[in-house]
Amino acid sequence: MTISRDDVAHLGRLARLELSEAELDHYAGQLDVILQSVARISEVTAGDIPPMSHPVPMVNVFREDVVRPSLSRDEVLAGAPAAEDDRFRVPRILDEE
Amino acid sequence: MSDLIRQPAAVLAAAIASREVTAVEVTQAHLDRITTVDEQVHAFLHVTTESALAQARSVDLRIAAGEQLGPLAGVPLALKDVLAMKGEPTTAGSRILEGWRPPYDSTVVERLRAADIVILGKTNMDEFAMGSSTEHSAYGPTHNPWDLDRIPGGSGGGSAAALAAFEAPLAIGTDTGGSIRQPASVTGTVGVKPTYGGVSRYGQIALASSLDQPGPCARTVLDTALLHAAIGGHDPMDSTSIDAPVPGVVEAARRADVQGMRIGVVKELGGDGYQAGVAQRYAEALEVLQGLGAEIVEVSCPHMEYALGAYYLILPSEASSNLARFDGMRYGLRAGDDGQRSVEQVMSITREAGFGSEVKRRIILGTYALSSGYYDAYYAQAQRIRTLITRDFDAAFAKVDVLVSPTAPTTAFRLGEKLDDPIAMYLNDVATIPVNLAGICAMSLPVGLAPEDGLPVGFQIMAPAMADERLYLAGAALEAALVDEWGHHLIEEAPAL
Amino acid sequence: MTTTAGTDVYLPFEDAIERYEPIFGIETHVELGTRSKMWCGCSTAFGAEANTHVCPVCLGLPGSMPVVNRTAVESTIRIGLALNCTIADWCRFARKNYFYPDMPKDYQISQYDEPLCFDGYLDVTVATEDGPTVVRVEIERVHMEEDTGKLTHAGGSTGRIHGADYSLVDYNRAGIPLIEIVTKPVLGTGALAPEVARAYVSELRDVMRALGVSDVRMEEGSMRCDVNLSLNRPGDGWGTRSETKNVNSLRSVERAVRSEIQRQASVLDSGGRVVQETRHFNEDTGRSTSGRSKEQAEDYRYFPEPDLMPVAPDREWVEQLRAGLPELPSVKRARLMGEWQISEFELQTLANAGAIDLVEATIAIGVEPSAARKWWTGELLRVANDRGLELESLKVTPADIKHVEQLIAGGALNDKLARQVFEGLIAGEGAVDEIVAKRGLAVVSDDGALLAAIDEALAAQPDVAEKIRSGKVQAAGAIVGAVMKATRGQADAAKVRSLLLERLGVDEQ
Repeated sequence: MTISRDDVAHLGRLARLELSEAELDHYAGQLDVILQSVARISEVTAGDIPPMSHPVPMVNVFREDVVRPSLSRDEVLAGAPAAEDDRFRVPRILDEE
Repeated sequence: MSDLIRQPAAVLAAAIASREVTAVEVTQAHLDRITTVDEQVHAFLHVTTESALAQARSVDLRIAAGEQLGPLAGVPLALKDVLAMKGEPTTAGSRILEGWRPPYDSTVVERLRAADIVILGKTNMDEFAMGSSTEHSAYGPTHNPWDLDRIPGGSGGGSAAALAAFEAPLAIGTDTGGSIRQPASVTGTVGVKPTYGGVSRYGQIALASSLDQPGPCARTVLDTALLHAAIGGHDPMDSTSIDAPVPGVVEAARRADVQGMRIGVVKELGGDGYQAGVAQRYAEALEVLQGLGAEIVEVSCPHMEYALGAYYLILPSEASSNLARFDGMRYGLRAGDDGQRSVEQVMSITREAGFGSEVKRRIILGTYALSSGYYDAYYAQAQRIRTLITRDFDAAFAKVDVLVSPTAPTTAFRLGEKLDDPIAMYLNDVATIPVNLAGICAMSLPVGLAPEDGLPVGFQIMAPAMADERLYLAGAALEAALVDEWGHHLIEEAPAL
Repeated sequence: MTTTAGTDVYLPFEDAIERYEPIFGIETHVELGTRSKMWCGCSTAFGAEANTHVCPVCLGLPGSMPVVNRTAVESTIRIGLALNCTIADWCRFARKNYFYPDMPKDYQISQYDEPLCFDGYLDVTVATEDGPTVVRVEIERVHMEEDTGKLTHAGGSTGRIHGADYSLVDYNRAGIPLIEIVTKPVLGTGALAPEVARAYVSELRDVMRALGVSDVRMEEGSMRCDVNLSLNRPGDGWGTRSETKNVNSLRSVERAVRSEIQRQASVLDSGGRVVQETRHFNEDTGRSTSGRSKEQAEDYRYFPEPDLMPVAPDREWVEQLRAGLPELPSVKRARLMGEWQISEFELQTLANAGAIDLVEATIAIGVEPSAARKWWTGELLRVANDRGLELESLKVTPADIKHVEQLIAGGALNDKLARQVFEGLIAGEGAVDEIVAKRGLAVVSDDGALLAAIDEALAAQPDVAEKIRSGKVQAAGAIVGAVMKATRGQADAAKVRSLLLERLGVDEQ
């Protein structure tokens, strides 16, 4: 359960965080401690217990297929760090997804 | 009416309705109070002076025209900066949202407006609600009005401090693992985490979606109940909101009766590791309840010891996903865009610059817990523990009507004391977290000052999901008995600012 | 013939299929035609100005929350039923976490290990030397998810991602309901793999149309296919598979399968290793190019969506939907075979051409069935294939066919002239009447003009007149041909013949 510096770097990439060298060390240490303490939960044999994802036992919460007003384009783009041609302008993308 | 700022909301509302005072006078008095003390307390990030006065004026006009308004009309309120308020800055205590003004209102704000409650401004909080001391706010900490060198609790320290400093008689917080209750506990105020789904999360910047709940905060149990009734209820914009009427919380608060109520003391909460003064006031409160006709029973919730571990896996996991959207593309901070860098780089630089260390720590932890190979041992296992804890509560509630514990293990600690020790910080929530995991409801109310430091101690009452009225039934009874004994509400003993 | 495209080498298909067995799978995304988006009430109408159909929910603003569109769930169940799937008693949505600028939340709400529909099949028919063969394509799952925003790339020379300086995002499309249909690996098709793949997508498209859940226009993006393929030597375990995206037509599906078989065979033959990667199909070249390497599968960190409640369709609702299903394409085809009195092979030809709906629509407005079939599967299909287009994108409508047939019946046009009318329609020259007028297309019915042309032809071929008079009436053909040429096909051949014989004083026999 030891979390290494490389692990933290990999996680940083997955989470889009440009961590500094100091942070890689710092977080690796702290996360190790945290993980050890939360690891207690593995003591509980719970293989047949259903995981709970919703505290409220509801199902089939739907809305009707009805059109509602959208925001105005100005409102949509109001907070945009960069906009062009009525669209959000974003830096160049390297990879097709 | 003298000293408007020291009146409870219910009293102010009656005075406004009877035109003894105007809503504008009341609002202005609180704005003045903020001007006087908030430099010391730093409860507010943003004061919405213009819109507050406009709302107050509107209330006065309509009352003058003979309109019958709601039970809290014209009463001022402090709003935790995690709830979207159209056109006003909403930062969630983070730099990554500095300057962002939402184009829409959260449902809570819509309901506050519909109730003619006057929003004074947005209060300080741990960044993205991650914390128990408000020290992780990107905008500087809030100071506990009882002792300015101490923390006001977190993540909703701003709202609690605003109440304790008499800057507002009402406040809204959000509670994911104790963020309403623990600040209430350390500031001598009242705070409630409603049943999960009881108050709409639409417009509340999400931390952990399966744990978060907006909730009412005030200085008295009745005021809290009135606010609870105003904001609660089904919202079609929130798929997780309960489709049922708000429980009869106001009626219960007025009834204030524990005769014959079975009260369960949770064996696993409130023993070792709790500050002596906290344990003492807790025991005394139990005696008071007994004296009022309640039956005290010891119950065991054996999986409680795993709650912290489960919580600190579920929360970071959900938060790591909820916070992914802050990538500098559509709103908020964008850093590092020099026209050459790729979008991946700009996203990474932005998030590194915009998020504080506690947020980053939890995002990394959550990313880890969800990653392939670890999901089952961590996230899935934590969700199983959650089921077990819920079953523990169900079994306990089969024997008793409410459960109780101290709200937090200690009184307010000093600023900086636990900043370098995340685990020590997380332990503040050991008694409050199980409630969020199970989705049930809970209240914290003040039951005295710890003898060793003269700081407020909070008492936690827990009730089954959808039985929120029981919190107010018991809480109001306990409060009344204590106020009777002290001659005043505990908050009156807070040092003058 | 082994060919090379870029650095890829392609073995001849026959050689490839002789040595290797293909296994393929198809993932299809269908944009539902609901009025509003999957999680919010924004309009889904196509063609709106950028960022005008956006709200806090589909923009993923902090604090926003999704609410499920009931009609989308209904459509998904109907699709599952039409594909013979089991409908889950209980299922949840899940978050698929990854960062991309067209994704407002930087996660996509989808379904992971609990799809709404699963374990179904779709039977498709392909033509073989031994006649039509039915292949059962098994369906792994049908699940619900959301579409992303639309990116345009600026600053580069091609408008594509590579070489672009920056990109622009329009979120109108973000949050539109998307249904993903995944086949199980399709085994044992051998040389027929490309045809089976195409037939599957074609049939799937017909099913969507019959259900009315989507307009499934591949060229507009409301139906998108990814093709997975691996090769193995007979008896060996399964090979590494590649994924080919950007497959935007039925023809491309077939070509993508075929070319990937050829490419992978070449790699394996030369002792190389097939790389697990995503490739991009190019319509113009009919080949794919290498995209991202997927050696390490993406870690999407799926977990159940906490903001949405489980979907648990009660059996009554499911049976209600099942009872309300329309006539499915396979049932319809059996019926049409009977009604039109055509063979399964002929029907399959129609189906493969994507012509059944068009023919039906044409017959529905009063055109005689064989004429309807003749035009759609004859001249129009020929033109469509030549240009690499789908029949339905030719800009010829059933009403046009009716109009032309009326003109033919009235003698104003003949078949040859009709073909020119269709040519004009396809070229966008206007309506039928406008084209006839502009091009001066009219059957020459003036006897005087015809007789003049006949006389000219006779003069040019004097010996033919003798032959005809002496009883070799077939020789008339040469004169008729000459007259048709002289009138640029605008004469009625039968009339010319009869006038000619009359001119020569010969009786029709």
